Amino acid sequence: MEYAILFLPLVGAIFGYLAKYFGDLTSQLLTTFLVCVSAILSIVLFYNGIFHGTYGNYLIYQWIASGNFVVNWSINIDPLSSIMLVVVSVVSALVHIYSIGYMNHDPNKPRFMSYLSLFTFSMLVLVVSDNFLQLFFGWEGVGLCSYLLIGFWYKKDSANNAAIKAFIVNRVGDFGFAIGIFLIFMFFGTLNYNEVFQLVPEFSQEKINFLGFNSNLITLICLFLFVGAMGKSAQFFLHTWLPDAMEGPTPVSALIHAATMVTAGVFLVVRCSPIFEYSQVALNFVAIIGMLTAFFAASVAIVQNDIKRIIAYSTCSQLGYMFFAAGVGAYHVAIFHLFTHAFFKALLFLGSGSVIHSLNDEQDIRNMGGIWKQMPFTWIAMIVGTLALTGFPFLSGYYSKDAIIEFAYLKGTNIGYFAASIGIITALLTAIYSWRLILKTFHGKFNNEHLSKSEIHESGMVIIFPLAILILGSIFAGFLFKDFLIGHHYVDFWKDSILILQAFNHSHIPMWLLYTTPILVTLAIPLSYSLYIKNDKLLERIKIKNELVYKFLLNKWYFDELYNSIFVKPVKAIGSFFWKSGDIKTIDRFGPDGISKIVKIISKKATKFQTGYIYDYAFVMLIGLSLLLTIFIFYK
Amino acid sequence: MLAIKFLIPEIFLSISIFSLLMIGVFIKNSFEIIYRLSLFVIILIILIILSGDSESIKIFSESFTIDRFSLYSKILILISTFFVLLMSKKYIVDIKNNKFEYPIIILLSILGMFIMVSSNDLILFYMGLELQSLALYILASIDRDNIKSSEAGVKYFVLSALSSGLLLYGCSLIYGFTGSTNFEEIANSKDFNVGTIFGMVFILVGLAFKVSAVPFHMWTPDVYQGSPTSVTSFFSVVPKAAGIAIFIKFMYLPFRDVLNQWQYILVFMSIASMILGAVAAIGQTNIKRLMAYSSIGHIGYAIAGIAAGTENGFKSTLIYISIYIVMNIGAFACILLMKRDGKYVEEIEELSGVSKNHPMMSFGLLIILFSLAGIPPLAGFFAKFYIFMAVIESEMYTLAIIGLVTTVLSAFYYIRIIKIMYFDEPKKPFEKFVDYKIHGPIVLSCVLLVSFFIYPSILNEIVSNISIF
Repeated sequence: MEYAILFLPLVGAIFGYLAKYFGDLTSQLLTTFLVCVSAILSIVLFYNGIFHGTYGNYLIYQWIASGNFVVNWSINIDPLSSIMLVVVSVVSALVHIYSIGYMNHDPNKPRFMSYLSLFTFSMLVLVVSDNFLQLFFGWEGVGLCSYLLIGFWYKKDSANNAAIKAFIVNRVGDFGFAIGIFLIFMFFGTLNYNEVFQLVPEFSQEKINFLGFNSNLITLICLFLFVGAMGKSAQFFLHTWLPDAMEGPTPVSALIHAATMVTAGVFLVVRCSPIFEYSQVALNFVAIIGMLTAFFAASVAIVQNDIKRIIAYSTCSQLGYMFFAAGVGAYHVAIFHLFTHAFFKALLFLGSGSVIHSLNDEQDIRNMGGIWKQMPFTWIAMIVGTLALTGFPFLSGYYSKDAIIEFAYLKGTNIGYFAASIGIITALLTAIYSWRLILKTFHGKFNNEHLSKSEIHESGMVIIFPLAILILGSIFAGFLFKDFLIGHHYVDFWKDSILILQAFNHSHIPMWLLYTTPILVTLAIPLSYSLYIKNDKLLERIKIKNELVYKFLLNKWYFDELYNSIFVKPVKAIGSFFWKSGDIKTIDRFGPDGISKIVKIISKKATKFQTGYIYDYAFVMLIGLSLLLTIFIFYK
Repeated sequence: MLAIKFLIPEIFLSISIFSLLMIGVFIKNSFEIIYRLSLFVIILIILIILSGDSESIKIFSESFTIDRFSLYSKILILISTFFVLLMSKKYIVDIKNNKFEYPIIILLSILGMFIMVSSNDLILFYMGLELQSLALYILASIDRDNIKSSEAGVKYFVLSALSSGLLLYGCSLIYGFTGSTNFEEIANSKDFNVGTIFGMVFILVGLAFKVSAVPFHMWTPDVYQGSPTSVTSFFSVVPKAAGIAIFIKFMYLPFRDVLNQWQYILVFMSIASMILGAVAAIGQTNIKRLMAYSSIGHIGYAIAGIAAGTENGFKSTLIYISIYIVMNIGAFACILLMKRDGKYVEEIEELSGVSKNHPMMSFGLLIILFSLAGIPPLAGFFAKFYIFMAVIESEMYTLAIIGLVTTVLSAFYYIRIIKIMYFDEPKKPFEKFVDYKIHGPIVLSCVLLVSFFIYPSILNEIVSNISIF
């Protein structure tokens, strides 16, 4: 069963592509069917894991065996990987189904489905790994698939640029990740999780000299691993690729850039909790970056106008939540939020995809409005998704997000308190931008000039069905699983797959903290309504008065411009210097071009030399003879 | 008198030549029958040589050697002559050159080469060389109504006479200073003074002329272009094999103790030939002229092997020349197919877009040209590989590097032909005919070149049994 879960998507990826010779539909059905089977099996596996404890390590084959160093391809099933399996394969299956409807006008359906399945396979490889090397394989695999899928419409320049940007920014992160792995291998001599984690306590005081700094080994490893996580999970400083990645088809955004791949960073930190727990510095760093991202992304999301970009920033912000949860040591809460987030964020993306699809690929929310009657089901789906996202009481996001804030508070340190307050502020911002999106999209005046309102209609069943499943998930995932994942007996579920050195003390949560967030979130609904529907003049006034702030947010804190002038332009200048003066003017001129010119000249000379007269030939022969004699005398 | 039995191939060849001449004289329009009989004679001699034992023996006062080296060279000469004669028949008939003398002269030149490669004595060597050369003069001008052919013959004759003069002068110098004409005795005369060395240089010049090494190559392009294509294909293959064989013999037998003296000269000739062969060929428009420069370049590589001065060196040269023969026979067979409107064409441009109309022929030529350029995994690559191995083993890195660079340069003009064949606008198709005598050698050549990499050591094993000493 474990093998089937892992390899069915790969089979789908290969044969799904080949199936294009039997028509697009064959390919779509084949890939979707295989991934669905994989999803059902992972749910069964998860169920067995919870109630029967059927965890284990299943060897695929030995990959590297060199002396004491052994790395296997294997399927490691433990609570953490089984919950990730469920998230990945279920969302992936739903997105596969959804894509059948969404991509029905696209000429390259088999390629798309094949990429999706390949992505699913890579992601599964990543989560079931029992060593850092296989993890890295999956890590790069999902990176590749993300690149391919963002650039799926490769005829669009913006899509290509976005794909390249995503790839390059991820490379920065992967570089750090690779250094982290190198460090682990260098000092621990192994890459298998179990062995590494057992060795960590011994090395906790180890200092090494790195780039002239004498630093703690564990901290260094954690920081480098976290750089990788930052890249993959679009955290502050390395977040710039995620909004651009929305150039890809919407199912891709839902699957890769919301529910699964971007959470790989969180997964990595949680998986490495036995290492991170031994470095308070690294944990604080994680928490700070998480907070920054959460707040930054939420603030930017408020003023964006592209429906997918708003959700993308929202994703970024929620990932920030997960990271600061991990940073304060609440790994299980981070994963719980990851779990619920996957449902409602996929729901939001797929819902917005449905809107975009119905509006003929319109993505600007200023050109929407008032269409809730035309697309009632999508409207409901988006409302549910928004409620869940904002943490409206008793929906899934409520349990996980509030838990994060609580645990941050419970930590009892300054960072913890700070994180809790950032969490509350960000929750308010989240509510505002989310409702802004809903109100602008579905309510108010209809603003689209290219399309009459009557042409808009609800999407088909293949699009509705995944939404329905996700609605259920968004509503119930939190309530159903909170006791298992973050309840008092969370250790029973997680067993030893995560390590928390300092247990949290649940006894004294102040009541006001428990109520603050839900109240704020609920209040945000009428607030948004009055701002965005009733008094849009007031909003304009606020905009004009605070133009600097507005511009700052609209331009995403000027990150792209900053990076452009710090990295891109100098690198480009250096590159074109080496290209133009280094390569063309020096190497080419004196190298290939020069030689070929010389050869041409000599060739002409040599041809002219051949006069056709016997006396010339005889002369050359005699000259040659004298030359040889001279050589001989010279060297004697 | 038992010595006679070792001479059976030569004697049989001579008698055949006389008999064929008689037949030719007494029977009218006897080209057909003489041609067939000649091929038959060649096959017979191959069989005779293969069935005899291969012990090395010296006869006639040690002036005539029969050993594996000379036998290998003779077989090489015979096989290549056989294929050249086979494929050139249609051409000879088409240009109305089907005179019965043609095959007989070729046999005569082979007889000269036989004597030459077996000789162990300066006088015998010179006799063989001249017998070969005389036959070649006639061959070059055999299309005597064609002014170009006559011109080629005259040029070749005059220049060859000059080189023969130099060579003979060298021989006399050596005899004067060592007191012997026997190779062994020359090698054993301990005091190699300036006079002997000078003699050696003169002999080297004569040999270099025969194999057309720079700077004694000047006749090659003109003679290649002027002679009938059938003769050119003979020129580019058979005398080269014989010339390289005797070249090796001279360097490794009488002059083996003055290796450091002749090594510089050979390195110089090798480098000059490789560079000139690569560079000058780029500017050519006539494919026969291009093949002339190509052969100059190839001889450069062959001489590089000799210049290595080791056992591996001359063995790699033997391998090189064997593979070179296979490639050149294939290439000239393709050139012999270039016939349009009843006329044979020779310009490279005529091959433009030929792949559209003659896919098989162009694919064959493609393989042969890639092999000539030395692109793996074709046989031409291995040929060059062994040469460079031998050269590097002797620590002559400059020679190896220059050789590699010229390989790249020469790849340019081979690939240019391929580009013309495959990517340029198609012209009117060539005459289509199926003649196993021409297509057979092309197919055989391609198969050998392509399949060589499967078991490259087969040639190595044959060659490794050869020794000169």
